[in-house]
Amino acid sequence: MTRQTHRTERGGRIDRDTPLVFTFDGKRYTGYRGDTLASALLANGVRLVGRSFKYHRRRGIFGAGAEEPNALVRVGTGSRAEPNLKATRVALHDGLQAQSQNRWPSLGLDAGALINAASKLFPAGFYYKTFMWPGSWWMLYERFIRRAAGLGRAPLDPDPDHYDRRYAFCDVLVVGAGPAGLMAALTAARSGARVMLVDDALAPGGSLAASTATIEDADPIAFATRVREELASNAKVRVLDRTTAFGYYDDNMVVAVERRADGAPAPHCARQRVWWIRAGEVVIATGAIERPLPFENNDLPGVMLASAARTYVFQHGVRLGERAVLFTNNDSAYEALEPMLDAGTNVVAVVDARDGGPGDDALAVVRRLGLELVSGSVVMRAIGRTGVGGVEVRSLSADGEAVGDDSRRIPCDLVCVSGGWSPTVHLFSQSQGRLRFDAARAAFVPGESAQRERSAGAARGLLGLSECLADGAAAGADAARAAGFDAGSEPVCPEVREWAEGVPVRPLWAVPLPSWRHGKRFVDFQNDVTVADIELAAREGYRSVEHLKRYTTLGMGTDQGRTSNVNGLAVLAATLGTEIPAVGTTTFRPPYSPVALGAIAGREVGIHQAPVRRTPMHDWHVEHGATFVTVGPWLRAQYYLRPGESMMDAINREARHVRRAVGMVDVSTLGKIEVRGRDAGEFLHRVYINRIRNLRVGRCRYAFMLREDGFVLDDGTCSRIRDDMYYLTTGTGHAATVMAHLERYAQTVWPDLDVHLTSVTDQWAGAAVAGPRSRDLLAAACDGAGVSDEALPFMGCIEATVAGAPVRIIRMTFSGERAYEVHCPADYGIHVWEALLAAGESFEVMPYGTEALGVLRIEKGHVVPNELDGRTIPADFGFDRMEKDEDFIGRRSLERFREGGRRRKTFVGLISENGKGIPRGGHLVWNPTAPRPVTMLGHVTSGCYSPTLERHIALALMDDGEDWKGRTLYAASPLTADFAPVRITDHVFIDPENRRPKG
Amino acid sequence: MLLITCPWCGPRAHIEFTYGGDATVDRPADPDAVSAEEWLDHIYLRDNPRGPHVEWWQHGAGCRGWFKVRRDTWTHRIHRSGPPGADLGEDEPR
Ligand SMILES: [Zn+2]
Repeated sequence: MTRQTHRTERGGRIDRDTPLVFTFDGKRYTGYRGDTLASALLANGVRLVGRSFKYHRRRGIFGAGAEEPNALVRVGTGSRAEPNLKATRVALHDGLQAQSQNRWPSLGLDAGALINAASKLFPAGFYYKTFMWPGSWWMLYERFIRRAAGLGRAPLDPDPDHYDRRYAFCDVLVVGAGPAGLMAALTAARSGARVMLVDDALAPGGSLAASTATIEDADPIAFATRVREELASNAKVRVLDRTTAFGYYDDNMVVAVERRADGAPAPHCARQRVWWIRAGEVVIATGAIERPLPFENNDLPGVMLASAARTYVFQHGVRLGERAVLFTNNDSAYEALEPMLDAGTNVVAVVDARDGGPGDDALAVVRRLGLELVSGSVVMRAIGRTGVGGVEVRSLSADGEAVGDDSRRIPCDLVCVSGGWSPTVHLFSQSQGRLRFDAARAAFVPGESAQRERSAGAARGLLGLSECLADGAAAGADAARAAGFDAGSEPVCPEVREWAEGVPVRPLWAVPLPSWRHGKRFVDFQNDVTVADIELAAREGYRSVEHLKRYTTLGMGTDQGRTSNVNGLAVLAATLGTEIPAVGTTTFRPPYSPVALGAIAGREVGIHQAPVRRTPMHDWHVEHGATFVTVGPWLRAQYYLRPGESMMDAINREARHVRRAVGMVDVSTLGKIEVRGRDAGEFLHRVYINRIRNLRVGRCRYAFMLREDGFVLDDGTCSRIRDDMYYLTTGTGHAATVMAHLERYAQTVWPDLDVHLTSVTDQWAGAAVAGPRSRDLLAAACDGAGVSDEALPFMGCIEATVAGAPVRIIRMTFSGERAYEVHCPADYGIHVWEALLAAGESFEVMPYGTEALGVLRIEKGHVVPNELDGRTIPADFGFDRMEKDEDFIGRRSLERFREGGRRRKTFVGLISENGKGIPRGGHLVWNPTAPRPVTMLGHVTSGCYSPTLERHIALALMDDGEDWKGRTLYAASPLTADFAPVRITDHVFIDPENRRPKG
Repeated sequence: MLLITCPWCGPRAHIEFTYGGDATVDRPADPDAVSAEEWLDHIYLRDNPRGPHVEWWQHGAGCRGWFKVRRDTWTHRIHRSGPPGADLGEDEPR
């Protein structure tokens, strides 16, 4: 373990009584509670933290917050490993294990760095230009590129933690708890509004934590704590720390992720929680990010943002170096000087790009500290190999286009840079608001709002602390008023002592480089985009900023170009000889910073991805050895395996038994709809192709519903239970679609009809009793009610009781045998099921599953959604005989099929001629081994082994089916290369006269 | 996530609703009275406007009512909604 060589003796907001041990690339270090991983690494003198994305250049910590482009680490091990975290956003905790990324074999010695040496070969758009040809080589290229350019690796094991989601509603949402956000939340809360304040730091305060100003003669963080306490005591306010608002969506929906645990969460606690916040009004107080200054080698470890340096000194007590140079184009950077000197860093020079130097207050600091000020000059380059060893300073021409010949070298190990400030406008931009370029502030600021939001403080370009506090208060009051609350008169702001900005920023988008120097000036550190890359892209014709972005990858890293965006646009504008506003800006899209996929999924993982529906008889099936199959959301009994049986044995036994004696299958999953009302019959008459108006009470129809375009929507049954009450069943998978379809026509097309629709799928259970002995079983089960063929003929329905429970019995068939469906209220489901089985004992009743059900219906040539696939009409199956000559949904569209045009496919049966299975989804062809493409004559819709015929059979739709009957073709699978010779037959394999169901 | 106002339940998140297509076309009262071309038009042809559009939505996870929504296909802004028989007008409120 090493000593914290770069920690100051005292100072900082860290808890020096709580040391924490952590590892970075396997080496052990200590830090303190209150450190981030970045500050702890710096306190241990660790400068090299990563390799760059493309050139694999050495990189150090550059920022102190969400803007960090370099220090991306993988935290944790095994299944808890999380890649691509910014070290500046990782709260240090005991036992934390972090690893650098994007290097091989080690950080210090990286093979990929050879790319840097050969970087002339890798200009902007290199991949686009080089790996285009030949196309078939792309797979090979991709493997190489992926290895070379990786941004972290995701763990391979399942995530052991769970995540949660919450929905929240508030009158005013404030994003950011810096000076403006705190005042906005406080003001809105005092108006009585429901307020939410979300902030991504560990504790509120934002820039106050590293401010040299005082609020009411005290440390400004004391003010933040006071406001936090007042908000906490207000029951209508919710404050979320460690929560990043990452998306701003339609109608003021802001989505934020809350980090509830470092490393492993407490038992039964979600590691992260995603908040979906619907806000009446939003205040965006997300602050601003300091810009770098692009000079040669500005990516060497030891170059850092001035504001980040201030944060590390102030907040974490880190001595960043021995000799520092400050390079700035604005006054704000001067605020870092005194704290750095206090921490023991010798500031050897202040290089200011402005000819006249800084304003009075900043100048006074320089004078008081006795520092050397070099005005009207720039750091042209940083010198050093593994880190900064010095800088070369030259004067800057008045137009900013060239540097002078007055070269001077200054040895130093730290360069603090400040290129001005960019408001954090990401959320504003996501809200569809339009950005506006403010030339005086040299920054994009929020323009016209598109939603009910307003930006406040540094997020709209303000710099001074007192003006940010006042602006936040005003924004909070405005939001509260807009949400309908009385925000009172002028809000009161605390008294602030700070130094004022004297001389405005001198825009400096890239430090000019003499023509004889070719070093890299980085604009985008994360994606290795240099000034030269942007200039090249502009010369090659990439004039649109959106194209430039994709070509060079500028701003496309996980930092979303926080430090690079404006510099990049400005360089493009300068190269094109136009103004920055004319170039425009890119669109910021969610998420603001990377969000774990687990957090977005929340609880909807594994079995919880979708609800599972079980029938009332489910437990019985489990007890009796059923294997289950998922049918849509339902679990259905597929077959009941007996000892020693194979799956095929079980299916064949069940199917044979239905043909021989009697079987029972659970049909509770059928969609069920009750239709009531004076005009229920008229309504259904218009819905079905069949005649329903004349359906008598106690009768049932097998009926088709079409879409308005004439294709079959569903086949089902319609039973008239009472005069004004019909009971419909639909296919298991179509229930929701059919219900919405009926509701639509009832409510929007024929609202004059008195009809009421109720889905009763969950309220009714059902069992089909099928087989020659089914009537005997029912006669034994029904309490007195007659089930004779006179009382209950084929396609009849009655109400009766089974073991005291009310049932509806509908006589119809799916298997082709005599059969009945017995429906009962769901709560009686298991009771009736068992009563039927008990009654059937002497008739050898046997349960059967969906496989046998399928075999029986294929043998009978009945259709299911395999055949009713949205491209078929009733006539394809011979059901046009049901079509009435009156209006029904889809009828007018059917006319075009009659009026000539292409001939429709016909429905046929197939019998395998060689005893082998008929491939699923097989195509009917002449010659299965002919070179493709071959003419496809039809396709297999369903197939099975028929225990009745003892042959493999199938159903198919084919051209000119009638002409083919009796002849042999091949069914060939385009996927598996299997094929079987098949004889074309009628689609009904058993009982073609249909005698059995009628008895 | 859009906020859609159901005429019967009030404003709800759009995940509660299902989109139901163009609400500016009505099913001909007597389909036999229109020509084949008119019928094909009714079934298949829809305008694809950039701007305000009246469309059907169903509150499937709520009252199950079908209703009309006047929505701007360009900005996503929902101007108003009303029951099936409502005329949602032309002018947009500011
Ligand atoms: Zn509703």
